[in-house]
Amino acid sequence: MGVHQVKLTINGKTVVEGVESRTLLSDFIRDGCGLTGTHVGCEHGVCGSCTVIVDGAAVRSCLMFAVQADGLEIETVEGLSQNGELGPLQKNFKECHGLQCGFCTPGILMSATDYLSKHPEPTTRELKEMLSGHLCRCTGYDGILKAIQKTVEENKETIS
Amino acid sequence: MKNVIGSSVTRVEDARLLTGQGTYIDDIGVPPNTAHAAIVRSTYPHAIIKSIDVSEALLVPGVKGVITGREIEAYLNPFSVGVSAPVNYYPIAIDKVRYVGEPVAVIVAKDRYVAEDAAELVRVKYEPLQPIVDIEKTMDQDAPLLHENVGSNIANHRSFHYGDVDRAFNEADLIVKHKFHFPKYSATPVETYGIIAQYENSSDRYTIHANFHGPFIIQSVMAGALKIPSNRLRIIIPKDIGGSYGIKAGTFPYMVLLAVASRIAGCPVKWIEDRQEHLSASSSGTDRVTYIEAAVNEDGKVLGLKMKMMDNVGAYIRAPEPACLYRTHANTTGAYDIPNLKIDGYVVMTNKLPTGLIRGYGGQELYFPLERIMQMIAFKLHLDPVDVIQKNLIKTRQFPYQTASGGIYDSGDYERALQLALDTGRYKEFRKKQEEARGKGRIFGVGLACIVEPSGSNMGYITIALTPDERAASLPKSGCTEAATVSMDPMGFVNVRISTAPTGQGHETVTAQIVADVLQIPKEQINVVAELDTSTSPWSIASGSYSSRFASLGSSAVYLAAQKVKKKLLQIGAHHLQVPEEDLYFENAAILSKSDSSIRWPLKRAAGSAHWNPLSLPEGMEPGIYETYYYTAKIAEPPDQNDLINSSITYGFVADMVTVEIDPETGQVEILDYITIHDAGKLLNPLIVDGQIYGGLVHGLGGALYEELAYDEKGQFLTGTFMDYLCPTAPEIPNITIRHIETPSPVTPLGAKGLGEGNTMSAPVAIANAVSDALKPFGVTIDSLPLSPNKIWKLLSEQKAANTLKR
Ligand code: FES
Ligand code: FES
Repeated sequence: MGVHQVKLTINGKTVVEGVESRTLLSDFIRDGCGLTGTHVGCEHGVCGSCTVIVDGAAVRSCLMFAVQADGLEIETVEGLSQNGELGPLQKNFKECHGLQCGFCTPGILMSATDYLSKHPEPTTRELKEMLSGHLCRCTGYDGILKAIQKTVEENKETIS
Repeated sequence: MKNVIGSSVTRVEDARLLTGQGTYIDDIGVPPNTAHAAIVRSTYPHAIIKSIDVSEALLVPGVKGVITGREIEAYLNPFSVGVSAPVNYYPIAIDKVRYVGEPVAVIVAKDRYVAEDAAELVRVKYEPLQPIVDIEKTMDQDAPLLHENVGSNIANHRSFHYGDVDRAFNEADLIVKHKFHFPKYSATPVETYGIIAQYENSSDRYTIHANFHGPFIIQSVMAGALKIPSNRLRIIIPKDIGGSYGIKAGTFPYMVLLAVASRIAGCPVKWIEDRQEHLSASSSGTDRVTYIEAAVNEDGKVLGLKMKMMDNVGAYIRAPEPACLYRTHANTTGAYDIPNLKIDGYVVMTNKLPTGLIRGYGGQELYFPLERIMQMIAFKLHLDPVDVIQKNLIKTRQFPYQTASGGIYDSGDYERALQLALDTGRYKEFRKKQEEARGKGRIFGVGLACIVEPSGSNMGYITIALTPDERAASLPKSGCTEAATVSMDPMGFVNVRISTAPTGQGHETVTAQIVADVLQIPKEQINVVAELDTSTSPWSIASGSYSSRFASLGSSAVYLAAQKVKKKLLQIGAHHLQVPEEDLYFENAAILSKSDSSIRWPLKRAAGSAHWNPLSLPEGMEPGIYETYYYTAKIAEPPDQNDLINSSITYGFVADMVTVEIDPETGQVEILDYITIHDAGKLLNPLIVDGQIYGGLVHGLGGALYEELAYDEKGQFLTGTFMDYLCPTAPEIPNITIRHIETPSPVTPLGAKGLGEGNTMSAPVAIANAVSDALKPFGVTIDSLPLSPNKIWKLLSEQKAANTLKR
């Protein structure tokens, strides 16, 4: 199996590694980079738990090969907080009980982060649509939705 | 300090889970020589294995071994199970496969990619046999046999007779009966099974890390299968488990399979299940056919019930089955005062994935026919379903209520809860709206369900699968034991060790709340360790996360262990301060005197003295602060001679009202409003409580509308991806309103009852009732699930065709 060298940025840090062409980006992030906050739940692009942000767009890392990420910038859940301090979205997940087992959570945080950066004032319906790319079997999505909506409200206040 | 029990505190688990620092099974470090497994699985539902050629697979660079059932068999006994039928269940097929997805060989290789490459190259020759998947046909004399040595596909059969059923049926004004089918579905935690197994030949012992959450009675089942003394099977569960809802109890056969693979390969072996494996070959809920008959008076009063239930446990009966059939035995008559009951219970095997625990376990299968028949009674008698329910509900003054089959309902106010549901959902108003809508050609319906939610299983209930004589020949089982250890270290900080194996329910948080209250210290100072380790944790056969047993049992063990610590600290305080123990109390992490306000001794000093200066302790007292409590409830007795059994410890109540609209063109069911009223006794943390309810309800919704592990009639598996097996996503979630009433349980020290499964039990039938109510004018009735647009559309068109013919 041929090994290729890739150079990419993960959470602001440059990574240079050799990867096989068939290595999934999700496996590379977890096993190659040791960032186990990105989870794998289906490996066929439905559950959303492997979602990361690649060059400013939320992407399912199980549907991408690591070699395809060569030269790109990746953000994972580990990049959302500084020194263990939770960011606003994370804080609201905690406050609104937006997670139980937490397995789906990193993927949802990444999707929501990406989405809110592009749609600062989404409707509930739009948020539900955005969430439809994620499976959570613990929460019934109620706390998740509340947490994101709370973040939207807070963002509005900071802007105005 | 304020009480924290009962308040909505946020969770201690969250910080790590929100920052990617959770430690799930796939995140824990493994020894450098660890190999990875891929499993070759049967593509046939029923076939003889003629040969397995592994030669090509062995040539793949990086492969360390290919192991077949024949090699593994030498190291194993079949798993033991609680029925007398001699079903030989191994974690891998030996000479015959009995369901699609059954393991046939294990590849052990340097990484998973290589293992999968090799798996492709294993050549298995099969001789196909006639498959059987139908629950009733599998009971036929001439049905193809799954297990020749058993002689039939029936794994267990028992009949129960309580009260005077014949008389009830003779005296009744009418008999209402129907057949119902509850489907096979799953819970699909987003994290799949994961196992790291290691065999150490110098001491002949196995260590297995797995996202298994009990019941830990299965530890002895596994040790028995591995032919080793049970203390040489060490099971360690990771700090975090990515959901289970019962399904991960089914990791146990794979734990044993990987254990033996490690032994044969000579290195630790890791396996993370993939999604297709999970859907086809992990575990699932039990599908059931029920024939139900109710003896009823004109006024809607039910005098007696007969239920013939047939549970399909798939290709092999395995622990904890046949528990699906018996978990709800005590509450078979649900929320109703029905003294005469006949149960005819069968457990059958077919060429499908073996079953096991699932959220609601047994409840949804029971309440689907029971609550459907209540509505059918109302329709037959031209009564409002509310009136029929009210006529039969157990009255508040009847608590504690003894059910026909031996249950002791500890507390409740069912009438009030139902009324609250009707008021919150504006039942009467909706009925008017429904009338008006009908005039406009729109189809509205309202469904109700009143169910009893059992929690904290009595370990004795499963023995009801045996006859009283068979039971007498074995050792009796009882209790529902859970254990916890509370300790204080030399600096006065608290560690708590629990064995409830949480899978996302926030046990660490609630444990900290309870201990904080008892010891009057800030909850932030309490460290809770939930990683159960069978070699070092306090645990019992009942330990684990199932039957909603934390609130009723786990919390009780924590509370009473903390009380032991408190007692010891009080004794130390009394001795040190020279004040009687009764005069002392705890506040703000200190011991104070009721009579002398100048007395104040920090708890950490008291605890510290037990470590640093044990000679200062009262005469005869042990040094250290380390207290374990094993809690069981007295009411968890073994079944008696008459087959009376109190199968659970506490019994909560759920009253649901759901309204739907059905699109006549497409058959699509839209849920307008879902109202659910819960009585789970004293609530320990309302924030977590509501989270559990939402999750359970949405799983119930999935069961009602979307989820099914489907097989064709030839036993081929049809739903191997998340594109075929549909789970509810955010846009499918309706308006949900949750309300609580609290009638504390007299059974548990904190008055709490388990919860979180209630709506998984109630939602399928509540929604089915709503749909039946909506389709009543068309003569359509619902007796199977899920209610896909396809199914509704078909039912509607069949009825239309029939009606046209009639005209
Ligand atoms: S693991 Fe990538 S979408 Fe499920
Ligand atoms: S929190 Fe468990 S799957 Fe979402």
